[in-house]
Amino acid sequence: MFEFLLRMGDNTLVLGHRVSEWCGHAPVLEEDIALANIALDMIGQTRMWLGLAGEVEGQGRDADALAFRRDAWDFRNLLLVERPNRDFGHTLMRQFLFDLWHHERLADLCLSGDDRVAGIAAKCVKEADYHLERSIDLIIRLGDGSTESHARMQGALDALWPYVGEMFTDDGLDKEMAELGIAPLPSSQRVRFDAALNEVLATATLSRPESNFAQKGGRTGTHTEDLGHMLATMQFLQRAYPDARW
Amino acid sequence: MVTEAQIWQWLAEVPDPEIPVLSLVELGVIRAVEVGDDVVVKVTPTYSGCPATTVINLDIEAKLREKGVENLRLEAQIAPPWTTDWIAPEAYEKLRTYGIAPPRAGQPSCPRCSSKNTTLVSPFGSTPCKSHYKCADCLEPFDVFKCI
Repeated sequence: MFEFLLRMGDNTLVLGHRVSEWCGHAPVLEEDIALANIALDMIGQTRMWLGLAGEVEGQGRDADALAFRRDAWDFRNLLLVERPNRDFGHTLMRQFLFDLWHHERLADLCLSGDDRVAGIAAKCVKEADYHLERSIDLIIRLGDGSTESHARMQGALDALWPYVGEMFTDDGLDKEMAELGIAPLPSSQRVRFDAALNEVLATATLSRPESNFAQKGGRTGTHTEDLGHMLATMQFLQRAYPDARW
Repeated sequence: MVTEAQIWQWLAEVPDPEIPVLSLVELGVIRAVEVGDDVVVKVTPTYSGCPATTVINLDIEAKLREKGVENLRLEAQIAPPWTTDWIAPEAYEKLRTYGIAPPRAGQPSCPRCSSKNTTLVSPFGSTPCKSHYKCADCLEPFDVFKCI
């Protein structure tokens, strides 16, 4: 259960931090505000997942302790969310692929046999709903936009595609969660994800890459170098001045 | 001995930190008040990342302490999730006067000139709970409470 909650909370923590890196740098003011708001929602969701993780673990760690005092190998997020921002197109494509998966995942978790999980999911899914709406809107506008925006969006999709498969890979923990009625198998989402994805990509005039090769490891703690760099920034204060308070 | 009704009345005097024309009770974030050995106030967040949540808890505590409540416990209640349906309908007029279009399905009316000739600028406004619109008649920008 603890590991399952880390998988949920670490996804939104890492992506929330990545998106917050745009604050003050977005191409237009409205996008800057949108990205900051979305990052804020994800950090809020993280607080609920990691808060519950700390409670379940029962060793006195709260959400802050879990966020700021674990090293990269203890993180259980998907590799997709730790990919660097690169350009605005990459950021939006990463967000779109995540939102499409996340929204379905949360909708499934609303029916979890564990009331606490279902409660958090019901709160988060309302926010994931408008995140996904915005992502789809922008993917279509930029994919079916100028030659330049189309090329950038296709490039981003090609670069991020190898990180999609990991979202639907089942392991021993997933099977255990499914048997306990806490969360359905990730693989059960793939058909719905593909149907929605194909529809958006067709409208956005983007081509779905053919390879099914999937990079894996994030959910068991094997991360890319990029996560370490991100944590070095994110955790600096609590590492340098443990227990520092405002 | 303090009563539940008395606590509700005091809480109705606490303004929301972001939208001070609304009280916390009108905003619908106070989900329950229980008076026993402790006074328990159950508070739900509007948006999970809303920075006002911490300030709301502080304001509740400050108000009730000022009224002499000693054994106070604030509990966060996540389920069922907050919805704009919990904003008191009596508060809608206050929102409009303050310059915010209240949460309603369909095209929002401009809170200044009541025109329906309005366009969405961005679904993300000055706070997580609002979208940013513009009125095509009086040309003023304004916030709209998102329906969630």
